[in-house]
Amino acid sequence: MTERLESREKVTGAARYAYEYPVEGAVYAAAVQAAVGKGEIRWVDDARARAMPGVLDVLSCENAPRLQDTSNAELAVFQSRTVAFRGQFVAAVIAETLETAVEAARHVRVEYAEEEPDVRLHVDHPGFYRPEKVNGGFPTDTEQGDPDGAFATSAVRLDATYSTPTEHNNAMEPHTTLAHWDKDGGLVLYDSNQGASVVRSVIAPIFGLAEDRVRVVAAHVGGGFGSKGTPRPNVVLAAMAANVVGRPVKFAVTRQQMFATTGYRTPTVQRMRLGAGADGRLNAIGHEVFVQTSTVREFTEQAATPTRTMYRAEHRRTSHRVVPLDVPTPSWMRAPGECPGMYALESAMDELAVAAGVDPVELRLRNDTDTDPESGLPFSSRNLAACLREGAERFGWDHRDPATGVRRVGRKLLGTGVAATGYPATQSPGKAIARADPDGTYTVRIAAADIGTGARTALGMIAAETLKADLDAVRIEIGDSAHPAASVAGGSSGTASWGTAVVLACESLRGRLNGEVPPEGIEASADSGDALKAREEYARHAFGAQFAEVEVDVDTGEVRVPRMLGVFAAGRIINPTTARSQFIGGMTMGIGMALMEESVMDDDFGDYLNRDLAQYHVPSCADVRTIEADWIEEIDPHLNPMGSKGIGEIGIVGAAAAIANAVHHATGVRVRDLPITPARLLPQL
Amino acid sequence: MRPFVYERAADAAGALEMHQDGALYLGGGTNLVDLMRLGVEEPTRLVDVSRLPFGEIEVLGDGTLVIGAAVSNSDLAADRTVRETHPLLAQAILTGASGQIRNRATVGGNLLQRTRCSYFQDTSKPCNKRDPGTGCPAREGEHHNLAILGHSPACVATHPSDMAVALAALDASVRVQGREGERTVPFEEFHRLPGNEPERDSNLRDGDLVTAVEVPPLPMPSRYRKVRERASFAFALVSVAAAIRTVGATVPDGEGGVVRDVRLALGGVAHKPWRCRRAEDVLRGAPATEETFMRAAEAELEAAAPLRDNGYKVPLARNLIVRTLMELREVAS
Repeated sequence: MTERLESREKVTGAARYAYEYPVEGAVYAAAVQAAVGKGEIRWVDDARARAMPGVLDVLSCENAPRLQDTSNAELAVFQSRTVAFRGQFVAAVIAETLETAVEAARHVRVEYAEEEPDVRLHVDHPGFYRPEKVNGGFPTDTEQGDPDGAFATSAVRLDATYSTPTEHNNAMEPHTTLAHWDKDGGLVLYDSNQGASVVRSVIAPIFGLAEDRVRVVAAHVGGGFGSKGTPRPNVVLAAMAANVVGRPVKFAVTRQQMFATTGYRTPTVQRMRLGAGADGRLNAIGHEVFVQTSTVREFTEQAATPTRTMYRAEHRRTSHRVVPLDVPTPSWMRAPGECPGMYALESAMDELAVAAGVDPVELRLRNDTDTDPESGLPFSSRNLAACLREGAERFGWDHRDPATGVRRVGRKLLGTGVAATGYPATQSPGKAIARADPDGTYTVRIAAADIGTGARTALGMIAAETLKADLDAVRIEIGDSAHPAASVAGGSSGTASWGTAVVLACESLRGRLNGEVPPEGIEASADSGDALKAREEYARHAFGAQFAEVEVDVDTGEVRVPRMLGVFAAGRIINPTTARSQFIGGMTMGIGMALMEESVMDDDFGDYLNRDLAQYHVPSCADVRTIEADWIEEIDPHLNPMGSKGIGEIGIVGAAAAIANAVHHATGVRVRDLPITPARLLPQL
Repeated sequence: MRPFVYERAADAAGALEMHQDGALYLGGGTNLVDLMRLGVEEPTRLVDVSRLPFGEIEVLGDGTLVIGAAVSNSDLAADRTVRETHPLLAQAILTGASGQIRNRATVGGNLLQRTRCSYFQDTSKPCNKRDPGTGCPAREGEHHNLAILGHSPACVATHPSDMAVALAALDASVRVQGREGERTVPFEEFHRLPGNEPERDSNLRDGDLVTAVEVPPLPMPSRYRKVRERASFAFALVSVAAAIRTVGATVPDGEGGVVRDVRLALGGVAHKPWRCRRAEDVLRGAPATEETFMRAAEAELEAAAPLRDNGYKVPLARNLIVRTLMELREVAS
């Protein structure tokens, strides 16, 4: 149990976030967003804004400097007159104060040739196509055996369509950049992101710079959940503005602006077909996914991928279809793919359990598999069954009566639900430097990111263990692209990826330590690329079981979650303190997904409407009652030197299904469209 | 944010004097400052009335409460007398907002908070309430949490306050200091239905300053119940403020008594806190049974005209009325 290393700085306000760096002479940018859902900009009139005292400049498609690389159209800020979605940045004011910039931005007039936006995802949309691949580089479609034939002849069949809404990441710290060009034409970015190296390598070519001319600093980040995994337009806007006015520029995206400009989880429509024998053993699995992307850039969420790994079945098919709409480009939000996909799969498994008359835990155990069903690879470790059994015992599942709508206390119906969870244990190559100083201390440097996960602490512990040193003697320096390049804090791969590089660097350093450390110290660096390439092929995944208890008010349709339990198998848990926070944080976000999170789109305006935390609901403290997360000891020698799997996302995966399944158990009502609000549930009670 | 002048008034007369064209009174600022940041409100001048001498809760000889307009929501909800004599008022306040906001928010400001309709809050879209004559996109657009009662073609917004729903049920009245002197406005006449002037939330005249709220005694059990999409920090989908007094013995099967007196108001359903006069008429003198409560709720909701996506509020309001009255009946006889 190790406390977060920077906890004191964080709770005392000393930890510095992007907006807070004391850069002298900094000025402020405020953005203007497109007020039409689709169209062309006819002209921009910035005369009034420019006339305001304190305004330094106004940027738009009329005058913005040309960017060197516009291959990523999302980042081609002010380079074209096309409005691809409402809320796109179309101009920015730079002023001496934030107040002036914001007020002046309201006086920038933009005239549009407006067209009607097409923003509604529905399965009959004629624009659906089959993308070449889906997010994560996974194949678009897979098929084995004769899924249609096998489904048609199965004793128990389930054919149901589920939908999940648009959801927005809503980190506590909105996307923020402080951009500063130094005298020699180098660019420094204090930026809130999930990977300084990634931001550097994406931004450098946009401004025609060599990578070593760009430095990105992100020492502390107030959450990201994937939305800061790739640089968003705010970084380019700030850098461009700083260049034009010749002063450092601070640009913080407002909460309202985040909804159009910093990514979100696509809505999904998912058709599940499960065919099983009378005993519930799966014979056929089908998972068809329909998602949206923008006209700017293709992003296809890989929502059917969990179905490729979770259960055995001889006949199987998964597919993804995507339709480009006049909307912002969807992006990563905690467990893209797995999260909405597992909701559909695990809801369908619950429905199958009911149809087959098999206990839902038992149904999952019966369909467990030794090898990855589609690739045929052995699992490096797979302890789904152990998690289900352990969780069932601790949750008190054994005495569960499968009847629905019968447990009533006062005006509340009670129910319990289960869902399996899984998440790939991936890893990326990276570098690290370890250094020993004569005073007996060590310094480890790597451009890793700690977005609140506890990564800094985990890496410190990994280094200390490898160096056989006290944690106090190890200084861990991350969040700076000046450090050795590291992969993004995403895909639950951070600690596994960075930790491997840290172990290799520390081992190398230990090899060089021989008695006294000279005054100049000793350094060793490492690159994990070769080690990764040399790994044997395995299907590497973390697994788990989510249990939820709900109470549903029969008069109002309000659903509350008095109790959740997650039991996970995620390799070696490096720091139980922060790991537990990751798990329960994910499960809490699962409550949000199940019961309240939904970005509401207005079809006529092409705009998200509930763009603040009063309207876009995430769980409040009162929504989170007893949440327990625990894990089973899992020793897996095929992962990395730490024996760890990622834990950042598995907590949210399956959580919404467990809650939705519990709602069904409580009420007998199956809500297949998230979130389960009183508006959706009450009319069916 | 548009530049504005900030002034602090020393007394009510001074505040009225400072309140010139384009001015707004500032209480806790928990709604107004947000709206200024959004560009929805653009006062040229803010007259801070939060420190006027209206910060006390007075209990008159007959038990009437006189609540100063500058009393914070937290102080009102925590007041021992209020909790004992008017529990639904304390309950209503505590279901609203967050502890931090309640600490700042004032009674006067709470009454005058503006709708949370998302079109109203977004200056890039039309809204008759914000910008008269531009239209109401909510009627065809997103309205799952908007009005089912008393709305007009011009506006389907709801009033967001919880406290005001309790005050509506309590037969409260509002003391107002105006340019022509002081007057008292019965609570039901304080807020307005939208009609074709949705830009006007209340019947206050220009410069009018709310100085206090008077709440007569409530000699019967009362309760406030709020339904929302998460367990705290959310505006009501529907809420109910109820008080009931029955006479006659309660018999073992739970039936019993006759409704002697009743107060009922709904929140989250209309442009103003909705006093349920029709339901009260059905209830008064009728047997205090679930059947009566249902009939009363249905009588009230007969006038409901739900929009495409908020029809669920009709059964929700009905259930809330019935259930809350049933619960109160247990302690009312």
